[in-house]
Amino acid sequence: MLPGDPESDPETDPEPGREPVGGTPVGRRIVLGMIGLGAVGVAVGATVQRAVNRVLSPVGRTVSGVVPAVGGGFRFYSVVDSVKPRTPANYTLTVSGMVRAPRTFTFADLQALPQTRMTAEFHCVTGWTVPNVAWQGVALPDLLDRVGVDPAAKALRFRSFDGAYTESLTLDQARRRDVLVATSMLGGPITHDHGGPVRMYVAPMYGYKSTKWLGGIEVIDKVVPGYWEVRGYDVDAWINASNGYG
Amino acid sequence: MLTRFTRAERAVHHVTAVLLFVCLGTAALLYVPELANAVGRRELIKPIHIWAGVALPVPILVGWLSRAFRDDVRRLNRFRPSDWEWLRRRDRRAVRRGRGVIAIGKFNAGQKLNAAFVSGAILVMLGTGLMLTFPNPWPVQLRTGATFVHDWLTLLIFVVTLGHIYYAVRDQDALSGMLTGQVTARWAARHHAGWLDEQKGDAGGS
Repeated sequence: MLPGDPESDPETDPEPGREPVGGTPVGRRIVLGMIGLGAVGVAVGATVQRAVNRVLSPVGRTVSGVVPAVGGGFRFYSVVDSVKPRTPANYTLTVSGMVRAPRTFTFADLQALPQTRMTAEFHCVTGWTVPNVAWQGVALPDLLDRVGVDPAAKALRFRSFDGAYTESLTLDQARRRDVLVATSMLGGPITHDHGGPVRMYVAPMYGYKSTKWLGGIEVIDKVVPGYWEVRGYDVDAWINASNGYG
Repeated sequence: MLTRFTRAERAVHHVTAVLLFVCLGTAALLYVPELANAVGRRELIKPIHIWAGVALPVPILVGWLSRAFRDDVRRLNRFRPSDWEWLRRRDRRAVRRGRGVIAIGKFNAGQKLNAAFVSGAILVMLGTGLMLTFPNPWPVQLRTGATFVHDWLTLLIFVVTLGHIYYAVRDQDALSGMLTGQVTARWAARHHAGWLDEQKGDAGGS
């Protein structure tokens, strides 16, 4: 493993009076070998994990949660101790603030609006990704058109019905067609653990911008940093161009 | 009775063990979907996990002040011919007339491999963990790689830790040796005959 490594190293041999411990420094080689393997793993891990996901996806659900990134590869983050589930039947989304017509949307209201579908890779800022996630919902610009945004407004503040989580977008970001108020994910309803029945999906940004358990959207005149943003993450969380690149 | 571990050696072991349990426990709360959703409170659990992880090498570094601990590290590092024999032979744990058939020193090859694995694992987990704690300097490709290494090595550490506990619980004398520091000469003859001979040769051997 280490060419030229001496079989016995006088410098590290025992202090006077103790057992002479000759022999091969296997322990040191294992430690150095693991550090080397770890570095290789960091370099190629993204590629390997993708292959692992592909190979294991048929058995995904049975081992998910134990074997890394199997069964879709999502990790479930919640910032509170528990979130009271809501169903499409009792779900409401309140859009308020600097708008012409503040309004509360039911789940059925959202489904009655024009639907946008997209499939994309989901990126968490901490380094896990999930390929080919299908989303469906109302493109945020379509929703904003229904309530009529005040020309002086500059930003949006999202609130989760978990009672703690908040997020932000500038109005320009919110006008993108790949920013959804999602009502469906992975070809079915959004489960409670994934932030259902309705969550945000901000495709061009890291996952923390995609508020789970979406409860309210407030139109305001300047960006208010969200939950993780006051804890150090970038407000403009462009994938591959933020959190260290900006 | 023979002194197998001084207070310093035991302290290094116990503090490392507690920190490792905190790391594994909080890891489960952060990672296993059912637990992550049931417990939540990410902003409380996450710093506990990070601080326990950063502290994990500290007892070993402080232990370096102890000559007995340094001596253990040296012994754990070195493989002698009897270690290769121990790994090869199926009857490695056999005892004849109260003495192990292989005159094993203070540590057997399995304990040496475990110590090397734990040392390497602590360093790799620390490195990848710091990359995930301070993600800013790293492109997303490397962060994903660090996540990959951190995740899979966690599984391996979990398995090896379970194995370590299994072997300890199976041998009550070894277990109490780590708790009290003392072992009987009879136990030493069966499991670490080479070490026993060495202790007897020592003028001060108690």
